[in-house]
Amino acid sequence: MSTSIDLKAATRTFLAQTEGHLATYLEGCVHCGACADACHFYVASGDPRHTPAYKLFPIAKAHRSHKFPFGWFGFARPIGERDLREWEELLFDTCTMCGRCTMICPMAIDIAAIVAGARRAFVAAGLGPPDLLAAADSSRDHGSPLGVTADKLRERIEWIADDNGVTIPLDAPKADVLLTLSSVETMKYPKSVAAMAKLLNHAGVSWTLSTKGYEATNFGYLAGKGDIAKTMVERIVTAAGSVGAKTVVIPECGHAYGVLRWSAAAMLGRPLPFQVLHISEFLARLKRDGKLRLTPFDEPMTYHDPCQVSRRGGATADARDVLSGFARNFREMTPTGDENWCCGGGGGVQAIERAAPLRHQVFKLKMDQVERTGAKTMVSACSNCRLTMDESKAHWQWQGGIDSLVEIVADHLVEAPRQSR
Amino acid sequence: MDLLDFARGPALTTALSVFAFGVAWRLVSLWLLPWARDPSARREGARPAWIGAVRGFARHLWPRKPFARAAMVTTVNGYVMHFGLAIVFFGLAQHILFLRGLFGLAWPNLPSGLISGVAVVTLGSLALALARRLTDPVLRLISTFNDYFSWLVTFLPIATGLLAVSHLGAPYPTLLAVHLLSVSLLLIWFPFGKLMHSFLIFVTRGETGITYNRRGVVL
Repeated sequence: MSTSIDLKAATRTFLAQTEGHLATYLEGCVHCGACADACHFYVASGDPRHTPAYKLFPIAKAHRSHKFPFGWFGFARPIGERDLREWEELLFDTCTMCGRCTMICPMAIDIAAIVAGARRAFVAAGLGPPDLLAAADSSRDHGSPLGVTADKLRERIEWIADDNGVTIPLDAPKADVLLTLSSVETMKYPKSVAAMAKLLNHAGVSWTLSTKGYEATNFGYLAGKGDIAKTMVERIVTAAGSVGAKTVVIPECGHAYGVLRWSAAAMLGRPLPFQVLHISEFLARLKRDGKLRLTPFDEPMTYHDPCQVSRRGGATADARDVLSGFARNFREMTPTGDENWCCGGGGGVQAIERAAPLRHQVFKLKMDQVERTGAKTMVSACSNCRLTMDESKAHWQWQGGIDSLVEIVADHLVEAPRQSR
Repeated sequence: MDLLDFARGPALTTALSVFAFGVAWRLVSLWLLPWARDPSARREGARPAWIGAVRGFARHLWPRKPFARAAMVTTVNGYVMHFGLAIVFFGLAQHILFLRGLFGLAWPNLPSGLISGVAVVTLGSLALALARRLTDPVLRLISTFNDYFSWLVTFLPIATGLLAVSHLGAPYPTLLAVHLLSVSLLLIWFPFGKLMHSFLIFVTRGETGITYNRRGVVL
């Protein structure tokens, strides 16, 4: 409790976020409480403080205290230290910005968008989980939240290529497609990196990785550090420009997709000079174009939708297009698609160590969902979801399998991969 | 000037003015804020924004299947209350006369017995909403003065109106005056509290519908 809190900075930043969209959302909440039942944190914990509408109280208070008539005449109190201290945990540890609450909200309030704005104010005040903030700083200083520098990337890529017998172009002078990576994959799921390389080579795609911009995750955005968020976007823009890429492919990472696809242009103040596709969208296109030749995958499996790809990304159908006809024993969870339960680790929550016990509670929802399908394996197209779920799986000693979409597809390619151009 | 004259005259006139200017101020104050533009590329095949807004509104008229059970009481009770309020307000002959005086428009009224029945159901619905707010741990935590006061100013016109048409508890002029004063209270509070959701619901649902439609999310 010794950290000094800059209330003025918090208020200033809160108010800077409340442009028309957010202000209308803040003023529109009717406090019906319906959002609680859509939130995995509330459902897992039963703690009323985890109600999404409650998480908006500080930013709503800041907004109210500056608005006529109550604010002007002193009837609406400004935010205080207590507000910020109490809500820090709620805004960072207990919200994955998954957007499920918006679906149930009778006013359709985009709570996730408000949480993203509120986080910036907390960071401006000098608050925020140290490990999440450190991940953002590491992204700025070293290139990735896990400290994957350009030199480290070269080492890892060389090792992954050798270990898996696959060609992985790095810093090719020209390419149609720039592939980005999540450092979770680079460091913890290297087989995913090899799988994406195999798939792109197999389909004859002109592609490359670039040391100028390789990190897909944007912890600047997740940690409420706007300057770092913009820096991460600019690196990818520079990398794509340097190789002439017209398409940037986001790997299996939901938030990386959400940020680059839907928020990055607003950060830069101009449209991106390339199209952004999640790897599941890109694979679906390759499959539709007849560029993926696959043997069937017969194991009973189910698919976990990453929230930022499906519910908030609009690409729900693409993973299913990839699985259609290939995964012959595919079983949907209930609920699924846009209505699926979040993994509990999105929005940077995975990087917050103190949130681990709550994440494990949330995973019970997922275990139950998967077990009801009878599937042996749950496949996802998000390495952050996968890491969150793998950790909770170990915690509960759960016997279910957790796998990656790109890995199961790459494992079922028919013919020898072509060399990339 | 007796109480009824005051209620019918300066009180109601002032309340209507506060309501009209207050609502206009709330909407204009939001409209005048800077609205962030979204320069991201729309998903290929995304429908026009207005279709997204309409679909966004329609999508939230009823909870999706996974939420149906959890949201059922809130949803059904909400509809009962809102339809009840609308039927009582637009269906009672005396209200239609009042509205004709204001706007020059009139329509056939519903039987007063039916209106009274609907008013009783509406009061029951409001009572249930309050009971839940007072007993449910989530609702208790997130409820503020705005929620309780907005409930009160909605409850009073129905309750006093029912007493007035039933001639219960006091002479009719007094009951009518109290009813009109409660309506004035509602009108004065309306722009400053959460009752503004009557207008804002079109904006918030529309906004979200436009955003999600742009992204290609199926609404």
